[in-house]
Amino acid sequence: MLKRFFVAVWLWLKGAGIAVAKWFKNWFVKVDGKDIIPVRIGRWFKSLFVSTNNQPPQLVVLYQKDGTKSVLSSLLCVGAGIAIGLILLILVALFSKDLQANNVFRGFFILISGVFYTGNAANMSVGFDAFQLGNYLTRVTPLILTGLSVAIAFKTGLFNIGAPGQYLMGTMASLLVAMSIPATTATAQFFVWLLALVVGVVAGMLWGCIPGAFKALLNVNEVIVCIMTNWIAGNIVTWVFSGSQFVNPKSPGFLYKTNHFGIQNPRLGMDLLFPGSWADGGIVIAIVVAVMVWVMLNKTTFGFELKACGSNRHASKYAGMNDRRNIILSMAIAGGLSALGGALYFMNGQTEFQFSTTYQTLPSVGFNGIPVALLASSHPLGVVFSAAYIAFLEVAGTKVSSFADYNEYISDLIVAVIIYFAGFSKLIKDLLSTKRRKSKQVDAVQPTTQSKEA
Amino acid sequence: MVTLIQSTLTYMIPLMIVALAGVFAERSGIINIALDGMMIIGAFVGALFVYILQDKQFGIHLIIANGQGQWVFLIVMLLAAIAGAVFSLLLSFSAIKLKADQTIGGTALNMLAPAISLFLINMIASRPYLAADLPPWLGEGPSPYQSGTTSWFIIQNEHLKGTVLEPFFSKMYISTYITIILFVVLSVVLYKTSFGLRLRACGEHPQAADSVGINVNRMRYVGTLISGALGGFGGFLYVVYSANGAAGGDVQGAGFLALAIMIFGNWKPKGIALGSLLFGLLKCISVLYNQLDINGDGVALLANIGLPSYFYNILPFLAVLIVLAFTGKKSRAPKAEGIPYDKGMR
Repeated sequence: MLKRFFVAVWLWLKGAGIAVAKWFKNWFVKVDGKDIIPVRIGRWFKSLFVSTNNQPPQLVVLYQKDGTKSVLSSLLCVGAGIAIGLILLILVALFSKDLQANNVFRGFFILISGVFYTGNAANMSVGFDAFQLGNYLTRVTPLILTGLSVAIAFKTGLFNIGAPGQYLMGTMASLLVAMSIPATTATAQFFVWLLALVVGVVAGMLWGCIPGAFKALLNVNEVIVCIMTNWIAGNIVTWVFSGSQFVNPKSPGFLYKTNHFGIQNPRLGMDLLFPGSWADGGIVIAIVVAVMVWVMLNKTTFGFELKACGSNRHASKYAGMNDRRNIILSMAIAGGLSALGGALYFMNGQTEFQFSTTYQTLPSVGFNGIPVALLASSHPLGVVFSAAYIAFLEVAGTKVSSFADYNEYISDLIVAVIIYFAGFSKLIKDLLSTKRRKSKQVDAVQPTTQSKEA
Repeated sequence: MVTLIQSTLTYMIPLMIVALAGVFAERSGIINIALDGMMIIGAFVGALFVYILQDKQFGIHLIIANGQGQWVFLIVMLLAAIAGAVFSLLLSFSAIKLKADQTIGGTALNMLAPAISLFLINMIASRPYLAADLPPWLGEGPSPYQSGTTSWFIIQNEHLKGTVLEPFFSKMYISTYITIILFVVLSVVLYKTSFGLRLRACGEHPQAADSVGINVNRMRYVGTLISGALGGFGGFLYVVYSANGAAGGDVQGAGFLALAIMIFGNWKPKGIALGSLLFGLLKCISVLYNQLDINGDGVALLANIGLPSYFYNILPFLAVLIVLAFTGKKSRAPKAEGIPYDKGMR
């Protein structure tokens, strides 16, 4: 048995060794009828730009892919948003007495550099500030998750405007668990954290089920139920926490930070990467979840059913899929994702949860999930980037407000403009493809004219 | 009782007219999720004009002090409506001309409105809100304003106190009457005129409407414009009623509530009136439960039960959900809403 194992390993090693040796040899000599590698690389580069073997240039193939066009149109939207931001900066400077031309330049510079801007009133500079970047990552974490929440609902043909409520319910449930179970040892604290996270997600899933069930079983528009459940959640949260022992007496209206009870997200090395900041493993978890959602949507039967239900509910039902189950499950997953965002953000250990105002003002992170999902055209991996960009703009906005007459709402304006243009993404994509189609038609016409001449 | 009726009206009126705004857009085939944004723009423009007009050089404070403030109120209401209509063009342009996704466009407008308002408010007032209530007395000598006047928007009619007419004519806003008249007139327009029929046809089957010579896109522009005007108007009313005219780029999600009431009312004026009445009443109870004295024996019944205010806050939302659970099966959105009009489609 052992001998056979060693023989197998030896054979494998031999094979691998020969393959590596062949590869090195191939750099200089033809092997097995294949051209030497530099030639092949050259041919590959050529194929990027010139059509070979009746294949159009590979760059064109890439460009014609739907995904590429989506990315391009999103980038165009971002560009348009920034351009309008610049126009605004100039307009404000024109009408203001305190602002000069170089302020416009500086404001624009900050808008573009965002979290990397390390300058102050006297000088402008760009750099890697670990504290700033780490805190920025903690802001991105919940945004990715609420964005995913909205995106997965969009894929199922639902508009999940209930992310704020689900976010609040997740926060509430996980904070209740994290703060009420005493844990002293590091292991116990880790398990309490895990339990809190799971309870939070389950609470969010249940909360998300409500609009799903209303939509699937009672034929009630999910938007209206989401809005109602948002406000109910906001009130419940304030109700549950007001007067409880979790309220921090030093700052009324806020709860204790979770590290007061020894509970916080595992750092997963992020504290070493960004020393002194709040950065934690939440961002890693969020990105892993985004990948999982992508796999679920694109590589599993369930994901296919969700998308089928989103494309045409009746057709999917006709094809034998359970449309009601899919709607409810989709909303439940959406709720769980939002709740995970809330739980991760407020179990960071340094963040404080203000429970006293939720019954009047719903958390904006929940609503910001909508632009995040829209900018990414509901692609789970795109959501990671669009969340990062929207959080980036928020940071940039607060920095711009350090100048007189500029204020942080310029970033909100830019985000709004970007989303307005994102509505045209289909139009932009069409425009991008018509250009190609025209040139193709020209290609198709040319041979015939040549043959006529001949 | 008087307080109950009057505060129910103050909560009900803005929601009612904004929900009707939603009907005009959606019945013409445009999903108007941007009601909230239109309200915010209306609120901002209204508050802005009151803020500007109270500047000493316009002498408006003298007009208001003379008790003629209602004219100012009327003009500002009109301006707010115009602002809402202009703002709605952004939605109709993207939805009709560019055939963009209407939910996305609406969401963008919902974000754009508070951003624009707060951006400008911060620039104008150097603080995050514009207060438009009692203008400061800028003249010489003591202020001529009547003492005890909470807001110059309100018509006092002190002499009606104690009569049957009190709940409806004393301490009322002129806008309440205007809104009710507007609501009735527009409902009649929607259901009893050819214009209304054409508008509704565009939301149900635009191709059929086109085949009999109705310009679908123009109808949709008009529907959205009316919607924007009513939304802006309702938004200004909302801040006058709830915050005495102080606008801070926020209407506490009232536009979404109006949207909910529109769906609740099944896209019909009658349902909307009922829905907003129910919602307004419950909302009023949630605010006043502590001092509400229904049978007049001097005991606030609900305060003695000892439930926290949050319970009463939840009630209106819960009630809407429960009613919807029973009526949802019959709910029917306009068939062609959200679908850009394409002549070639069957």
